Amino acid sequence: MAYTVVGKSVTRVDAVAKVTGKAKYTDDFSERDMLVGKILHSPYAHAIVKSIDVSKAKALPGVEAVLTYKDLPEIRYATAMPGVIEAIATDEVDVAELKYGTAGHPFSLDESHRDKEDRYILTQKARFVGDNIAAVVATDALIASKALKLIEVEYEVLEALTSTDAALKEGAPLIHDDCEGNILASNGYAIGNIEEALKESDHVIEGEYETSIVQHCHMENQVSHAYVDSDRRIVIMTSTQIPHIVRRIVAQSLGISWGRVRVIKPYVGGGFGNKQDVCIEPLNVAMSLAVGGRPVKLELSREEAMIDTRTRHAFKFKIKTGINNDGKINGIHITAVSNTGAYASHGHSIASSGGGKFRYLYPTKALKFEPITVYTNLPVAGAMRGYGTPQIFFAFESHMEDIAKKLKMDPIEIRKKNLVEVGHVDLLSKNKIMSCSIRECIDKGRELIKWDAKKALYKDQSGDKRRGVGMACFSYASGTYPVALELAGARIVMNQDGSVQLQLGATEIGQGSDTVFAQMVAEVLGIPMYMVHVISTQDTDITPFDTGSYASRQTYVSGMAVEKAALEVKEKVLAFANRMTDIPAHLLDIKDQFVVFKDSGEQVIALEVVAMQSYYDRVNAQPITSDVSNNARINAIPYGVTFAEVEVDIKTGKIKILEIFNVHDSGKIVNPLLAEGQVHGGVSMGIGYALSEQLLFDEKTGKPLNNNLLDYKLPTIMDTPDIGAAFVEKEDPTGPFGVKSLGEPPIVSPAPAIRNAVYDATDVAFNRIPMNPQRVFEKFKETGLI
Amino acid sequence: MFKRIAFTVNGKAYNFEVDVRESLLDVLRSHLGFTGAKQGCGVGECGACSVLIDGVPYDTCIYLAVWADGKDIKTIEGVAEKNGELSDVQKAFVEEGAVQCGFCTPGLVLTTTALKESGKDYTREELKRELSGHLCRCTGYQSILKAAEKSLEGHVCTCVDSPHYKGK
Repeated sequence: MAYTVVGKSVTRVDAVAKVTGKAKYTDDFSERDMLVGKILHSPYAHAIVKSIDVSKAKALPGVEAVLTYKDLPEIRYATAMPGVIEAIATDEVDVAELKYGTAGHPFSLDESHRDKEDRYILTQKARFVGDNIAAVVATDALIASKALKLIEVEYEVLEALTSTDAALKEGAPLIHDDCEGNILASNGYAIGNIEEALKESDHVIEGEYETSIVQHCHMENQVSHAYVDSDRRIVIMTSTQIPHIVRRIVAQSLGISWGRVRVIKPYVGGGFGNKQDVCIEPLNVAMSLAVGGRPVKLELSREEAMIDTRTRHAFKFKIKTGINNDGKINGIHITAVSNTGAYASHGHSIASSGGGKFRYLYPTKALKFEPITVYTNLPVAGAMRGYGTPQIFFAFESHMEDIAKKLKMDPIEIRKKNLVEVGHVDLLSKNKIMSCSIRECIDKGRELIKWDAKKALYKDQSGDKRRGVGMACFSYASGTYPVALELAGARIVMNQDGSVQLQLGATEIGQGSDTVFAQMVAEVLGIPMYMVHVISTQDTDITPFDTGSYASRQTYVSGMAVEKAALEVKEKVLAFANRMTDIPAHLLDIKDQFVVFKDSGEQVIALEVVAMQSYYDRVNAQPITSDVSNNARINAIPYGVTFAEVEVDIKTGKIKILEIFNVHDSGKIVNPLLAEGQVHGGVSMGIGYALSEQLLFDEKTGKPLNNNLLDYKLPTIMDTPDIGAAFVEKEDPTGPFGVKSLGEPPIVSPAPAIRNAVYDATDVAFNRIPMNPQRVFEKFKETGLI
Repeated sequence: MFKRIAFTVNGKAYNFEVDVRESLLDVLRSHLGFTGAKQGCGVGECGACSVLIDGVPYDTCIYLAVWADGKDIKTIEGVAEKNGELSDVQKAFVEEGAVQCGFCTPGLVLTTTALKESGKDYTREELKRELSGHLCRCTGYQSILKAAEKSLEGHVCTCVDSPHYKGK
């Protein structure tokens, strides 16, 4: 379809605010006399607090409160400002006994589908180095830090289970008393009969693959401030992807009524899933309550944020694939062990979500996925861009390459033989593939990287520097349907001049959603971008309900609500114009700020005139607004592919990316410039995942070794090659304006494509990432290459 | 311990006492309200807190406020014209899509501004090295590099082995 604004690289609505320093983030707001909160982290990975003495800390001038797991119930009294927190003040709830889940999922009315509740605000049992034992509130940061050092804690140190193997060993101590065998979840699936499918196959090929723990490293650390307002409600300003969910979880963690919590989310300095979790807000509120509701700021340092928020789950996979001589896969059997760290967070759903999205790429007669998610005494793993898919696609797309090599088949042809077709209905989710351009994406990527020429050129190489090309595909989803609720809200108010305010529950965290939503509104209402004012700040008291930014859901799911809200406004404008002109509304349209005849385009009346009338007509005045909610009970499956060319320095183990292209089928691209930005960032993160990033821990003690931006090897501009982004645009019939998701997908396939390119160059298969120089060098020694 | 210092920020003179332990970032953000400088790491790793001190980019999180005595400081708030018109560097960042979450943006705009004001020529590799003190997790640096090159138009090397080589 031909659009006026959708599909154009219009300027980001927040670009000017951000280049001038006017965009305000959480820490840029402050309250007078704001106190500072700091956390006492456990130095042990697994330990029980035997005794804790806070008297010296409390005596330090400037210290306003010291909290431990023991003190939490006392908050009830500290906050017994009349009715501040009724439930607590009446002793109905013992906060110290309140466990809660932190994952940023919509609440489920079905109890069996709720997130695992395994966390206390402060704990007596430390489950990872960094766990929250106590907290201090003081007049400034320096005093708070000093006070932390004055807290005397005696620990009984337990065996630290720093790997899934250790946690799964028979007789291993339990990390959570109610979790036998330290297994948090084991929710897989089976389609068809895998044993038979493997038996019937000409070949059964096996492989083992492993990914590491990495961290989001959004540039803005977790930060919030909280206070009790004059209306006796708890107000939290926080850097979050999910304000409405923060509201619920804070209330749950304190056992109070949800409506007493108000969450405000200003501009956010990146999230990548780490802020789809409730890491600091409950403690921040507890801190404020401990000082009579005065404002308290809680800001994590980079070193804290890298271990005491969330990480990406490390996975170990074993894959068995039955395949025939013609390259057609009969059955796939995947077992996986996922390391979720000390608390559940999203752990119970990440393995199954990754396994679920994997099904949309290569449907087979038989597919069995058996993941287990294991607690260990390492930092908590949670949501991170891709949510389980970077792991499973690294494993399977590496495996696919191994199969192609073994069967001496072309890696592209073997994939094409097994790719999904439009019309395929997933047996388990019942999602139907309504659009799929993965084949066109592959063809485009093949051309961009000059695959055939390079394949031939790099065939027989020796010497110290060897080059190779590799590729990998992926499938994803647009939101979480049917696993979870996909509700989104949008509200539009038309001003007297025909311009509008757009209010959303969906959150801008850098990805550009405010801009694409504004484009959608401008498109429907026939007004230019500058007449759409997006209220970027979410405030749970004011903004419509939407669960937030995650699962690459907003352009698709929240976009549906935005389109619906804009269509309602348009309908009202045309109805009003009809009242003014007697021309039937169905003959009218809005274009370039005029109500026009739909077929001829002839101008009937200026939008501004209609808008003015809607405010001030002495008989018919009724300002034009809409306030809609949309429950998306549908999903669209995006696809894509990475093509990479590498040069491997055999002697040093250094891998250099010469060229890399990501080609995406994300349906209609609303804003090409912004879409390319999403791809660049995702690929860059994928390159880090493949080559350099890994959070390291001492195996014995579980102590983090590189939780800072110097030792954790985040790609710098020097490490990042030119990244090519391309799209095959075919509108998906289910999405607003034909869109499918794009936010997370770019990170899914770069790592296996790079791994496959290294395999092509060196004939050495790396089944473990990152492929950093140390590992590559060791592997080359092991395989006799050096 | 407090010490009286005098400096200018974006052309305006300031003269007051600072705690000798305070970083320039603390003073700029908390006392003077220049919140455009961001704290991403607090230890000089990420570059989000950069400002120009006598025209040179510094990480203010590891620059003591007392060292700023007598200096001329430019923050992101002082880059645009007084009438609100964006500088060429800011325009380039907007037009090239170099802004996503925006947390690293002020620092990068300032460093690019310093490079532009230096009047020197840069190859792409040199430019990357100059910008490598700024970490960004959103953009993969692609559009940032483009914006920097656009800002430095006429000062980016176009010799034969450069990606900017125009050919004959």
